[in-house]
Amino acid sequence: MEARLKALMIQGLGGDRPAYARLLAVLSGYLRGYFGRRLGPSAADVEDLVQETLLAIHLKRETWDASLAFSPWAFAIARYKLLDHWRRVGTRRSVLLDDAGDLFAEDNPEEGAVRRDVGALLTSLPERQAALLRDVKLTGLSMEEAAERGGVSVTAAKVGVHRAMRRLIAKVADEDR
Amino acid sequence: MKTAELIDRLSIAPSPPARFKPGRWILAASVGGAAVAVAMLLAWLGLRPLGDAARAGSFWMKAGYGAALALSGWALAARLARPGGRAGWAPWLILAAISALAVRAVIELSAAEPGHVPSLWLGDSWTQCPWRIFALSIPILLAAVLAMRRAAPTRLALAGGAAGLFAGGVAAVIYGFYCEETAATFTLCWYSLGIALAAGLGAALGPRFLRW
Repeated sequence: MEARLKALMIQGLGGDRPAYARLLAVLSGYLRGYFGRRLGPSAADVEDLVQETLLAIHLKRETWDASLAFSPWAFAIARYKLLDHWRRVGTRRSVLLDDAGDLFAEDNPEEGAVRRDVGALLTSLPERQAALLRDVKLTGLSMEEAAERGGVSVTAAKVGVHRAMRRLIAKVADEDR
Repeated sequence: MKTAELIDRLSIAPSPPARFKPGRWILAASVGGAAVAVAMLLAWLGLRPLGDAARAGSFWMKAGYGAALALSGWALAARLARPGGRAGWAPWLILAAISALAVRAVIELSAAEPGHVPSLWLGDSWTQCPWRIFALSIPILLAAVLAMRRAAPTRLALAGGAAGLFAGGVAAVIYGFYCEETAATFTLCWYSLGIALAAGLGAALGPRFLRW
């Protein structure tokens, strides 16, 4: 497993998009199993954590040292996101006794429900922009419906969504650097 | 957003945007922090005569101790800047630096007249020395923590503590340009305390400022 993931990661970092997508897809299955065992497989948070971890793995991909193993690195990020989640929801648990092998204990390719989604990113936006973006991009409302919900004109809603997207892209690009 | 959709989006640009050089970033940022610390020392305490300092073995002993701890803290911080980073050899260097100084202190104490021991231990400035080193370490620590915010540590208190150890070590070297204490025993107690205060502040700041 380690050898396969490491090979995919090396190909991915070298610019091989299909290999990188396959790596993330394989990882998402293991992450779902890993978080599911700790939060209960039906918890809505599981899919959020899977996505957050995938995003973190992507944004911090240059921190992986190709001379070292891949799975302990990916596992450290998953564990970090789990602890961060527990800190946010206010429960104190310890996962100190786990090791990287735990990540591969269970593969679950089935996607669960998404609630917070890339909510971590959205919370960085002003409330009004975040609400618009959530309505248009995540809930799938039309621009007109979103404008009505937000009590603004359609033009203002379009500008708001555009600004919010630009901010998010800038934030992601900034973290990329 | 579906997870599959997220994966599609993330795999548009799989190549990393930049090389990851946490050690270099910390060093680069700390040059500025150290310059502030030097300015603080000049404005606040001044320098001892530098010719005397260079001839005094005690100056080099104190500088060597601070430099060894700074190097350990730097290496530790750079390694812990990666997810799942391990401590490596740095803790051994910390242990070696403390042991070497402790050996010198024991030799010094065993050779001293009984009445002379308090001055080896307390010197003239034990009440000020740790606080001064701690104060000088703060700009360096802030610079190092700022640099580490670009990284991805997963053990935040430890990573912050390592940055603090680095800052404390550098601050100790800088303080040596003022401090005229000569005893190894003094250095072992009070320099170490000042550096430990810096490491403690770093460990306290880590969970708050190094989150990502």
